[in-house]
Amino acid sequence: MADATPVLELRGITKRFPGVLANDAVDFDLRRGEIHALLGENGAGKSTLMNILYGLYRADAGDVLLAGRRVSFSSAKDAIRAGIGMVHQHFMLIPVMTVAENVVLGNEPVVSGVFLDERNAAARVRELSERFALAVEPVARIDKISVGQQQRVEILKALYRRADILILDEPTAVLTPQEASDLFAILRTLVGDGMSIVFISHKLNEVLEIADRITVLRRGRAIETVPAAGATPASLARGMVGREVLLRVEKRPATPGDTLLAVEDLHVRDDRDLETVRGLSLQVRAGEIVGLAGIDGNGQTELVEAIVGLRRPTDGRVGVAGDDVTGARPKHLIDVGVGHIPQDRHRRGLVLDFSVAENLSLHDYRKAPESRFGWLWPHRIVARARTLIREYDIRGGGPSTAAGSLSGGNQQKVVIAREIAAEPQVLVAAQPTRGLDVGAIEYVHRRLVEQRDAGAGVLLVSLELEEIRSLSDRILVVYEGRIVGEYPPETSEEELGLAMTGGGRRTEQVPA
Amino acid sequence: MSDQPPPPVAVPDERLPFAERYALWQRGGGIATPLATAVVAFAMGGLVVLATGHNPLQTYRGIFDGSGLNWLFPWVTGAARQTAAFNLQETGLLMIPLILTGLAVAFAFRCGLFNIGGQGQYIVGIVTGTQIGVWLASLPGPLHIVIAVTAATLAGAVWGGIAGFLRATVGAHEVISTIMLNWIAIWVGSYLIGFGGPFQDHSQPGVPVSRPIAMNAHLPVFWGNPLLQGLDIGFFVALGMLVLYWLVLRRTTLGFEVRAVGFSPDAAANSGIKVARSYFLAMAISGGFAGLAGALDILGWQFRLDVTTIQIASQIAFTGIAVALLGRTTAIGTFLAGVLFAGLVNGTSTANLDPSVFPPQLAGNLTTIIQGLVVLFVGADVLILYVWNLRRKARVRRAAPPAAAAVAE
Repeated sequence: MADATPVLELRGITKRFPGVLANDAVDFDLRRGEIHALLGENGAGKSTLMNILYGLYRADAGDVLLAGRRVSFSSAKDAIRAGIGMVHQHFMLIPVMTVAENVVLGNEPVVSGVFLDERNAAARVRELSERFALAVEPVARIDKISVGQQQRVEILKALYRRADILILDEPTAVLTPQEASDLFAILRTLVGDGMSIVFISHKLNEVLEIADRITVLRRGRAIETVPAAGATPASLARGMVGREVLLRVEKRPATPGDTLLAVEDLHVRDDRDLETVRGLSLQVRAGEIVGLAGIDGNGQTELVEAIVGLRRPTDGRVGVAGDDVTGARPKHLIDVGVGHIPQDRHRRGLVLDFSVAENLSLHDYRKAPESRFGWLWPHRIVARARTLIREYDIRGGGPSTAAGSLSGGNQQKVVIAREIAAEPQVLVAAQPTRGLDVGAIEYVHRRLVEQRDAGAGVLLVSLELEEIRSLSDRILVVYEGRIVGEYPPETSEEELGLAMTGGGRRTEQVPA
Repeated sequence: MSDQPPPPVAVPDERLPFAERYALWQRGGGIATPLATAVVAFAMGGLVVLATGHNPLQTYRGIFDGSGLNWLFPWVTGAARQTAAFNLQETGLLMIPLILTGLAVAFAFRCGLFNIGGQGQYIVGIVTGTQIGVWLASLPGPLHIVIAVTAATLAGAVWGGIAGFLRATVGAHEVISTIMLNWIAIWVGSYLIGFGGPFQDHSQPGVPVSRPIAMNAHLPVFWGNPLLQGLDIGFFVALGMLVLYWLVLRRTTLGFEVRAVGFSPDAAANSGIKVARSYFLAMAISGGFAGLAGALDILGWQFRLDVTTIQIASQIAFTGIAVALLGRTTAIGTFLAGVLFAGLVNGTSTANLDPSVFPPQLAGNLTTIIQGLVVLFVGADVLILYVWNLRRKARVRRAAPPAAAAVAE
């Protein structure tokens, strides 16, 4: 168990960016052999705080103490030398090099002064990986191993450089449930060996599962530091958001009606001309939310693109409310009532340089009253935007604000307002809460349930099992481009996780 | 997702294509950036003048007077005013093609395309305008002019549209295809009016020049002597096109689509906008502006087309790139940049610059230097931001103790 002397202490850290107080007199301490979670919404200041510790930013005020001594890092190199390792959310690995090469990079064992001693490097990596049960093959190339293994390589890198403090920035964001639980086992081994870990996350459940203590950040300030034992998701969420949050989606049982979206034996190829959707069939009925669960890259992206008309299927059929719309253009699909909340709102959902008003009119600009005979009426676009901004509670700017300058949550509200205002029959929501904070997630979920209750058929594609389980009326698991099973929403994460990796019980396709 | 604070200075990805970097530059800052760009370009041009042993301030004063812009000052009177008026009419004549070829670049830019084909589009416009002006001499003047101008505009639109079509259908990059189309236009045009060419003036077989256009196709001159290249009504056509440009972009669904595609083709496609169609139309409209420039030049003051115009003078379309960039692809900016470059080109011409101030045969190069610097600065935003970032990092390092690793209490 953790002993009481802090190996690391941050005192009164303050960091200001133009217009933003990212950290406001934050205190934080890390004891030997503990996992201390840093919990907060996007923009709460978690990464800023850790980047200051790691020497990437300089604090405007405050001290960093390592084992009681004041230190000052001006680069990551200094931090590494002082025994701090950081695993970034986006891995800093060179894909074409081997595991061992990546691990020793920057501190390579050499022979004859200049040549990389590959055998020695591999041996040392193997020794480390065995000692800490970090199963990974030293001579494998990075681009040939899984994301979970790549993360282990990042941890090995830190261990190789003799780090005794490890910072993990949103480590589970890219992992499957199984990989995440493997990671947690590794972290427990590491702390058992005397490592101290800072675990950055915005997910309540995993923080409660892995951490010994939890510090909650909100708008740059440390709200509270509590032992994980005794904390509850609700109490943590209140700390993060500053108000009571509905963590479970409140909804009545679904009353499904006619089939609105019917995908039959669909085949779609991706940009590399590989078939990623391979004979997929599904139905979404009026008044239900169908959750499509699966690990990223099992054909979800191409399926959604095929449904909304951005990609032409090579075979199969897509039907909306009985009409065959296979291979139709996006405009036609919008006209027949298919709404789309794209997974990448920056690339597909919004024109970031357009104003909020223009983004809200991206579908309707071609119709009266926004335009007539090709002639645009900007003041009508703005007037309509004002209504929608009020109705959908879009904050951070008015109709003429550039969409790119809104926060992520408000950008998503713009997308949702535009799609829902068109009163779609079918709403395809692809990762609608990706990158959003607790408050915004609650908002998006509420809107999706509202659409369901209004009689739309909602297809929810998400990598977050928690989201799938709490929102869906039925869960379909996609694996390698096919539906491999249908599950009720009460199904455990473990069972779904197993199915997502191709190991689940196979149920017959349910003809809805 | 992590909570990245907004970094003080956005470092653009260096792999961004030019059009996207330009979009970033355009967001950069109001009118301050183009003003600073112009000022720095002029300052560096001044250094060049200084290096040749002349006085930069006097030289710029001489160029200003040579451009005729001193006509705007009420204290310029008598013979000086006469000269100024004449010079300003010439500057006005130059503004017409500069504004229009500037719009040819600007409109494509708004759709995320870089139209380098202004020259070719200008050439097909001027050749078409010339030949229609030569033919149809029996038509009444206004009708003849309208037909010639329309045909030239359409010819330019076709020429630009080819590049747009190739981009839209097979993805051929418009920078490559428009450059190739420039050469096709240059040599086809040279053939048509060159020695023995079908449109050459057969009454002078030794001169590679077209027949003169019919008198009734000459554009009416509203200021100055029609025989001494007074300013014709093409000037108002160019101003009208600036208004039209603004209207199309801001007040039509077509402009909405073009701008959406220019900023984000993916989001545009997602909203049911036909991206390929926008590429084609944007290039065609751009080409139309350049083609119109050719027609107004020939009907306004050249009256007959020679091979030098096709091969050399058509390069004015490249100055149009600088006009569009410095004008930040806005209508008003394009107008102001048009005034600036027309004044520069005309003010440094051999006839207009006082040789006691600066040798005019060098002065033309000064224009080219300033023009080049403007394009360079517009394209160098990445470099400027990079230097800015370096400075910031250096400041941070100075603030930190040099023995950085661990400083004991």
